[in-house]
Amino acid sequence: MSGDAGPAIRTDTLVKRFGSTTALDGLTMAVPRGEVFGFLGPNGAGKTTAVKVMLGLTRPTAGDGEILGRPLGDLSARRHVGYLPELFRYQAWLSGRELLLLHCRLARMPRASHAAAVAEALALVGLSDRGDDRVGGYSKGMQQRLGVGAALLGRPELVFLDEPTSALDPVGRMEMRPLIRGLRDRGTTVFLNSHLLTEVEQVCDRVAIVDRGKVVAMGTLDELLAGREVALRLGGLDAASRAIVAGYGEVREDGEWLFVRGLVEDRVPAMVEALVAAGVRVYAVEPRHESLEERFSALVSRTAT
Amino acid sequence: MIVLTIARLTLAEAARRRLFLVLIILTGIAVVLTGWGFAQLSTVDIRTGSDVTPEAARSLVVSQVLILVTFMFSFVLALGAAFISAPVMAEDLESGVILAVLARPVRRAELLMGKWLGVLILIAGYAVLSGVVELLVVDLTTGYLPPEPIQAVVLLVGEATVLLTLTVALSTRISAIASGIIAVVLFGVTWILGIVGGIGDAFDTPQLSFVGAIGRTLLPTDALWRGAVFHLEPAAVLLAYEQAGRNVAAIFPFAATQPLAPAFLVWCVAWTVIVLVLGWLSFRRREL
Repeated sequence: MSGDAGPAIRTDTLVKRFGSTTALDGLTMAVPRGEVFGFLGPNGAGKTTAVKVMLGLTRPTAGDGEILGRPLGDLSARRHVGYLPELFRYQAWLSGRELLLLHCRLARMPRASHAAAVAEALALVGLSDRGDDRVGGYSKGMQQRLGVGAALLGRPELVFLDEPTSALDPVGRMEMRPLIRGLRDRGTTVFLNSHLLTEVEQVCDRVAIVDRGKVVAMGTLDELLAGREVALRLGGLDAASRAIVAGYGEVREDGEWLFVRGLVEDRVPAMVEALVAAGVRVYAVEPRHESLEERFSALVSRTAT
Repeated sequence: MIVLTIARLTLAEAARRRLFLVLIILTGIAVVLTGWGFAQLSTVDIRTGSDVTPEAARSLVVSQVLILVTFMFSFVLALGAAFISAPVMAEDLESGVILAVLARPVRRAELLMGKWLGVLILIAGYAVLSGVVELLVVDLTTGYLPPEPIQAVVLLVGEATVLLTLTVALSTRISAIASGIIAVVLFGVTWILGIVGGIGDAFDTPQLSFVGAIGRTLLPTDALWRGAVFHLEPAAVLLAYEQAGRNVAAIFPFAATQPLAPAFLVWCVAWTVIVLVLGWLSFRRREL
């Protein structure tokens, strides 16, 4: 299945309604293979529903899609997929090792590979020395790490991680980042559901921002954050000079600062020249790189109005 | 094979439940107490009329007491089947354990079959083991064995299977406790319908007989119990019922005058399959 061309995930106007609530409202996106894809959105944006629909746990009301080139919910595709649910719950009475062995069987992995796969998964999530303890005795954070280990058993081609660090302490969160990057390095596609912007910013190659069941922006981080701003502190502004600034981009005023959005750096000298020629005193010109947080809140609040 | 993996997991989980442990302990106590009771019975001085030997009379008494003990056992078995099978689907659905399992290449039908098979093995194993131990105790203390003990135990397992199938199917949609309670209530209702039908048979009242027939068709637990009773009745008892008029015994819930018809046994198997399929259809459409 790894030789197949095409994206790891493709969805086409997926709609999911629960009664009068619309969880997914025409979700359309493509996740390229071998990338870490961040699925970012506020609580209740439909992130978990999207994952459940892609895994076939929930049926879409309308629309369709493909996972690893197979229709949504396809059994053979699920052989190559790992999943950490948002509310990770496992058989508490099994030991960590027994639980992973169970998942090896459920994933229909060849019997001979079970022991090695379990050992690898335990080591990957730092639970090698707790593998024989009962899952019920694990802390929440350990259970979540075990869940990540279960999702990565047998080196799946595609891994869905739904809020994988929600129960982890700051150290655990930091440890998760190299783990996810390591997955990308071995060619695994990672679909990371998160509302933690720093997490997404630090590990994802590509991001979709989702709000109210719809993708409101999608692209690589560079593409998403390309809409840069230049901050200006000017003196002696009048209507004519304001019009000059407005000719270079979308203007927003905040105190004594003007922010010009969509202004590429190459055009900054020309604008300054024009302003000086118009008698404006230029105190400061500061190109700013927008953070994901700013972009996110701009997009999400804009759709909220 | 996925079904067997799930069945093994379910069996191990259900066997760990405190309810099952309590069931085993209480069964042990019941076996000891009834053993003591049967031992007492074998020392009682029985005076009879001229044509019945004291041994035959004692066997008759033991056979009737054994049927009553079996009824208690059948009731406990039904309760156990309902309450042990109720959580196997419902709890995993409620807790979300099922999400990680069904994201694997596992069909919902396989999961349901595996769960059903797991509790079936546990309940059937319990029924066979406790049935055999009780019969051995009766044999050792009184020297009496019912005419067809194997058939009786098999039909009791059938009764438990019917009830646990219903419970598992219900629990794909409703909570564990509600599924268990509904199953037990229906079990009780069918038992009463069985008596109503029996009265209809005894007094030739077709309407009442019809009610009984409806009851055993919709939930064959009581019919299977009566079938088991038939195999526990010695020839002398059957003869006595025959002499009293064929249908009089039908009034009593602890008596049977004829074995289950093969067609009805086929219906019991079909009933189980149909209810399992209905459970699967309900589970297949369920949002997770």
